[in-house]
Amino acid sequence: MGAPALLSSERIESPVPKAELVARLSAVLPPESLLHEREDLKPFECDGMTAYQRVPMLVALPANEDQVRAVLRICHEARVPVVFRGAGTGLSGGALPYEFGLLLVMAKMKRILAIDPVARTAIVQPGVRNAAISEATAPHGLYYAPDPSSQIACSIGGNVAENSGGVHCLKYGLTVHNILKLRVVTIQGEVLEIGGEGLDAPGYDLLALLTGSEGMLAVVTEITVKLLPKPQKAQVVLAAFDDVLKAGQAVADVIGAGIIPAGLEMMDKKATAAVEQFVHAGYPLDAEAILLCESDGTTEEVAAEIARITEVMRKAGATEIRTSRDETERLKFWAGRKAAFPAVGRILPDYYCMDGTIPKKQLAYVLTRIAELSEKFNLQCANVFHAGDGNLHPLIMFDAADEDQNHRAEAYGAAILELCVEVGGTITGEHGVGIEKINQMCVQFGTGELQAFHAVKRVFDEHGLLNPGKAVPTLQRCAEGGAMHVHRGQEKFPELPRF
Amino acid sequence: MQEVLQQFSETIRKAAAERAQLRLRGGGSKDFYGLALIGEVLDTRAYAGIVEYEPTELVVTARAGTRLESLEATLREKGQMLAFEPPHFSEEATIGGCIAAGFSGPRRASAGAARDFVLGVRILNGLGEDLRFGGQVMKNVAGYDVSRLMAGSFGTLGLLAEVSLKVLPLPEEERTLRLEMAEAQAIDTLNRWAAKPLPISGSCHVDGALHVRLSGAAPAVSAAAAKLGGETVAEGAAFWNSVREQEHAFFTGATSLWRFSVRSTTAPLDLGAQLLEWNGSLRWVSAPLDAAQAHAAAEKAGGFATLFRGNDKRHGIQKLSAGLLAVHKKLKRAFDPQGILGPGRIHADF
Repeated sequence: MGAPALLSSERIESPVPKAELVARLSAVLPPESLLHEREDLKPFECDGMTAYQRVPMLVALPANEDQVRAVLRICHEARVPVVFRGAGTGLSGGALPYEFGLLLVMAKMKRILAIDPVARTAIVQPGVRNAAISEATAPHGLYYAPDPSSQIACSIGGNVAENSGGVHCLKYGLTVHNILKLRVVTIQGEVLEIGGEGLDAPGYDLLALLTGSEGMLAVVTEITVKLLPKPQKAQVVLAAFDDVLKAGQAVADVIGAGIIPAGLEMMDKKATAAVEQFVHAGYPLDAEAILLCESDGTTEEVAAEIARITEVMRKAGATEIRTSRDETERLKFWAGRKAAFPAVGRILPDYYCMDGTIPKKQLAYVLTRIAELSEKFNLQCANVFHAGDGNLHPLIMFDAADEDQNHRAEAYGAAILELCVEVGGTITGEHGVGIEKINQMCVQFGTGELQAFHAVKRVFDEHGLLNPGKAVPTLQRCAEGGAMHVHRGQEKFPELPRF
Repeated sequence: MQEVLQQFSETIRKAAAERAQLRLRGGGSKDFYGLALIGEVLDTRAYAGIVEYEPTELVVTARAGTRLESLEATLREKGQMLAFEPPHFSEEATIGGCIAAGFSGPRRASAGAARDFVLGVRILNGLGEDLRFGGQVMKNVAGYDVSRLMAGSFGTLGLLAEVSLKVLPLPEEERTLRLEMAEAQAIDTLNRWAAKPLPISGSCHVDGALHVRLSGAAPAVSAAAAKLGGETVAEGAAFWNSVREQEHAFFTGATSLWRFSVRSTTAPLDLGAQLLEWNGSLRWVSAPLDAAQAHAAAEKAGGFATLFRGNDKRHGIQKLSAGLLAVHKKLKRAFDPQGILGPGRIHADF
């Protein structure tokens, strides 16, 4: 498995030689913040998508906004492509560096600048870990709601770039719903303040536009996040089903009953089996699927909601229903779900995590097709599902050392993504397009939409220096690329010449 | 219906070719807001109706011209709602206009704003091109978030032909409490309460009294009401409706209505008669304020002031920084290269 190759038209090479760039950057960065020797650069060759690796030409580790501005100005002037990243936990290769570009690592900017417990906000630098915000605000009874599974490691700046979610986002929203204000630096080195301390700001909603923009538009240097009161109580129901489709129907029934659970997750038999060996969460191993359905709020709210959830699960035909008796048991139920990815990774050396979102009513069809594809490509797949919001994470298991398995895993993944688009969903719910899904973007969008995306990109970055070749494919890529598909009988990009 | 959209597209294409300005308009319920109303009216009401509504998906897709009232009635039948409680300001209000304006009502501080519920859009841009962004699923990060960018853009980036919105279940029970207290105490109280896990879904201080709405399961509402104290308001729903629709005496008596979006803990602004919402984040001031004075007060409070209703609104919008203004102008050009869609409606410079 390798990163989709850049087209020659997507490759930007600076006319300024590396030595000259190092000299210019050395004037604005201390020596320990500028890496240019191969052995120093090597650790930065990939993000969480470890199958793709490339050693950057240079790495800059700015300690403050002034240094960010200075570095970007130099790169802009010298026409050097810039990829920036936080903790590097991203799963779509969005922070994959270029051997002809600079990697801007925000790890040194990791201070929590202010916490206002009364107004319930915190101002943080981009390198602050997601979980560190909740840890720092816990003494005030507050927390930061979005909780991606990687929250102990991933940084808030990266969360903004990817619009990260988590298991609680059906009720509490994504990153975009939980931030108030951003300070960003453009590729020209200019600072923009977006949003405000109130709940809205005049003009276009640039806060929404920049959130999830995958490092294509501007570098975030400061984030004002909203903090929520920690729920008084949380309790989780574990329900087992002897049929995946019954579990899927139970999900629809919970929502249909007017319940918005704090979390609603599904795991199929392969996933629970993998997890049990790894963390011993106590999941029933004979079940075809299990659901984890969490309620949080005041003691009274939780008691009423848990009773309703239990009733719905019973009617939906659950073979077993357990309710967490205390916080230890609740965390144990969740520990399995949170460890699903590494647990699957123990069965075979590698797994390839997909991230499609589908309308929930299509779940039965999609799971059936994924199983059929599993046979076709002769690879196993475990399914972990943010069932409440339709975000599916099939984990394709393979051995990367085997060239043939590699290709099959890649093809299987692409087939799943296209399946998600076919049923009215999307190729990425929360992991981003990055470089990984760049070709599938051609399946999801037409020429007009892609042109609009490129026009938005040019508003901020006329020369296309920020993360070139990622997130939004060029029309040329869609016309030439391997992901060309005849979709619903229509050829896409018919107006473009084929090569 | 497809022919109607094609007609709209043709109208926009022709206008772009002739550089003739267009004014995209639904029911006209927000005509009072913003700056210039320039150009020939393109009435979106012919493109109406719900395209898809699946209650268990929590998603509804409707055509722009669908009347807001009828959309909300359809949702109510299935026990659901638009949780941002959009103001209608007229029974003619359409869902397209609702999202294009991006206004939210009393539930905003707890549930989120109009833009937070936008999942996808189908638009006609300034060249009449039919484009789709986002989708009908809760989570979608493929491509830039053009859907949410449309919320609050007043049709200056494109004609919102269809919108897909997240919907939520109606609360099982609601109760409104009234507590007499001064504004400063109300600000303090609301911020303290907001930091506690309480099912508060609306707050409003006006005429020396704080009104708080509780929503949720019946036992939860009762338990919270016992904790907070105050008297239960018999006509609670009518009160919140009067705030949402600006039919409360505070609003109907206002000739110049300023809207302050500020840090929730901001001390009383002392600029004139006032109604406070959103746990203190939103302050309505009914007074003919000097624009510079209003903007300075808002800036001090970490936020922005806008003249919401009044005669001459030219100075009623806080200035954008030079950098932001440049971004806005370029974005406008990216979606509407000929500058024909409501130029000057939300800002004199674009």
